[in-house]
Amino acid sequence: MSVAVQVEDVSKRFRLYKEKMTSLKERVIHFGKVPFEEFWALRDINIEVQEGETLGLIGHNGSGKSTLLKCIAGILLPSTGEIKVRGRVAAMLELGAGFHPELSGRDNIYLNASLLGMPKKEVDRRFDDIVDFSELGGFIENQVKFYSSGMYTRLGFAVAVNMDPDVLLIDEVLAVGDENFQRKCLDKVKSFQKEGRTIVFVSHSVDLVRAVCDRAYVLDHSKVVGGGPTAEAIGILRDYQLKGSGLNHDPNLTEVIDLTTDEAATSAQRQQNPPALITSISLRLPDPSRDYAVPNDVISLDLRYECTTLQEVLLGVEITDVRGELVFSATSEDLGFGSYSLYGQGEFVVKIGPMPLLDGVFSLSASLYQVPGGARIDWRSIEQGFKIVNPTKCTGMVTLPVSILQESGS
Amino acid sequence: MLSEQGGFEAEDVTAISKRRTSGQLTVVKPKMSLAKRVTNTYKYRDLLFGLIGKEISVKYKNSALGILWSMLNPAMYILIYFLVFQKVLKNGVPNYAIFLPSGLLVWNLFQTSISSATTAVVDNAGLVKKVSFPREILALASVGAAFVFFLFQAIVLIIFMIIFRVLPTWSYLWLVPIAMIALLVFASALAVFLSAVNVYLRDTRHLIEVLLVAWFWGTPVVYPYMELAVPINQHGLLWVYLLNPVVTPVVTFQRALYGKVSPVSTNATHAIIKILPAAGQGWYLTHLLITIVVGLVLFIGALYVFGRLEGNFVEEL
Repeated sequence: MSVAVQVEDVSKRFRLYKEKMTSLKERVIHFGKVPFEEFWALRDINIEVQEGETLGLIGHNGSGKSTLLKCIAGILLPSTGEIKVRGRVAAMLELGAGFHPELSGRDNIYLNASLLGMPKKEVDRRFDDIVDFSELGGFIENQVKFYSSGMYTRLGFAVAVNMDPDVLLIDEVLAVGDENFQRKCLDKVKSFQKEGRTIVFVSHSVDLVRAVCDRAYVLDHSKVVGGGPTAEAIGILRDYQLKGSGLNHDPNLTEVIDLTTDEAATSAQRQQNPPALITSISLRLPDPSRDYAVPNDVISLDLRYECTTLQEVLLGVEITDVRGELVFSATSEDLGFGSYSLYGQGEFVVKIGPMPLLDGVFSLSASLYQVPGGARIDWRSIEQGFKIVNPTKCTGMVTLPVSILQESGS
Repeated sequence: MLSEQGGFEAEDVTAISKRRTSGQLTVVKPKMSLAKRVTNTYKYRDLLFGLIGKEISVKYKNSALGILWSMLNPAMYILIYFLVFQKVLKNGVPNYAIFLPSGLLVWNLFQTSISSATTAVVDNAGLVKKVSFPREILALASVGAAFVFFLFQAIVLIIFMIIFRVLPTWSYLWLVPIAMIALLVFASALAVFLSAVNVYLRDTRHLIEVLLVAWFWGTPVVYPYMELAVPINQHGLLWVYLLNPVVTPVVTFQRALYGKVSPVSTNATHAIIKILPAAGQGWYLTHLLITIVVGLVLFIGALYVFGRLEGNFVEEL
């Protein structure tokens, strides 16, 4: 197999101007000393995509994965380095980019196709395929401004996939459109794979990457931090998410991470001088040789406490995912274990599992409640979340035992 | 039916593998060589025509008269100038209603090209950010669209020539396409250059608008060429006038379509009106060829500048 896309030592520098100086007056006044900061969106990227392979680029917001895709597409020119692409490239960064609302669907197909570099004769030949795929039928003669957004994206996708590309670059576009359309796009991607075309796929959606890609690279802070078979790459991504290394630029997410990692924040949330204290909390994974769990693993939580004497205390556990959404929460009473009396120091061992969680990073916290009134006495969460790595091709939130039986028709 | 489809698919696959072995290789680098740039642009020529078609069909899309509007505009000019200058002011230029548009149409072509090309890249920011194609085509398409509008307006001029019974000077008519090429080459060079500069300095477009006004009066459109050429020639400064690359194409058009050489007439004060140089075809041809050569050099230079600036377009838009 030969290399379809070769990225060699590619770096991309952006200049971030504090203030945009686009008028002549400002340029003259600030001549030679326009304040800007240099920002490296990509640094020394080396990537190879084999022919016929589907490669995923994953990473958090701002890791540079879209910039890299734009460089491969030739939309952005790298500051240093070189990218070689073998064969015709079609980039789908935005569906229907370049459609003109005043033109008819037919005219837009021709215009869009020529934008993507297809000669008019070839468009003539493929025109019917494009219209069929877009399911627009007679509407093709209408002006695009009268299209619904669904029709618009369908037409955009239809043009892009009918470009007969050797290398297809896809950025998140599959995330738009209704479910039917998404399925159709995925089907098309699958048939491209069968035909041996090369696909580079950028997505936030780990699930989509897992379902589609053979291999993936992980980008973090403008660098490639790892790569390999999809499941492995996703594991690396999870590691970076665990470290919270600025992975979550979304402020909501940062808060959640901070809560679980920052000791000061945790203790600030705890009551002053509670009647009982959780002195330590630690998590044990079933296989100590791995630092992650797999679906249906049993994990256990060791919880040490200290108090004088306390009657009727409930223990609560809570699992949240990386977005802070609650996955599971229950108290010992809910689980049928009733309440406990605590004297001096002691330990709880909480076994959780088999957990039908399929994939992701989760955080665990434990709380002590006083039964009369249900006031929370103390709570703690584990310092680092734990990750569950999905070795299979299934996607979703949970893993379910599924069996399929074919019963012949006659 | 099914087997037919299967056959088609198989054919498709062999077509793909054939192309793959031929190995069309795209290289994305910080810099692209000029030759590469030119061939790449040529490969996208269908896009150029597509964009020109778009400009034209979009401009008058929802109007009842459509493209007729672009013809009514010069028709109105011709009528008004006929009334004002020939009947009221009597500036003494015979058939001024033909003299003026034969130069004005050429000037309009130049002005429209330049002013629309200057904003071409900025106006198409959405495209530039999302699709990869040779961006200089946007500027070239502006020039192309202006040329198509020019052709429509030329029809009006021809109609009025018939009405006023003015015959073109047949022996000079063959110079017209050469003049057209000279003007288009120069306009394209400027268009490509300005479209890139305007991304970084948005003042460019306003500056150009102002400069075009001055440029207009430095071009013999409203007044005859000789009116200015004779006095400045006495100071030995005619070459400065001819440095304006629009002058020769405009005068060539006037010579071929209007055709009155100097001196031909007198005005109200009986002074002699000088209109066009009484030069032979050779004079025109030489000047046009010089313009073309200079224009080509500038065009190459403009492509080079465009290439240097193109790398950061996306972040500046």
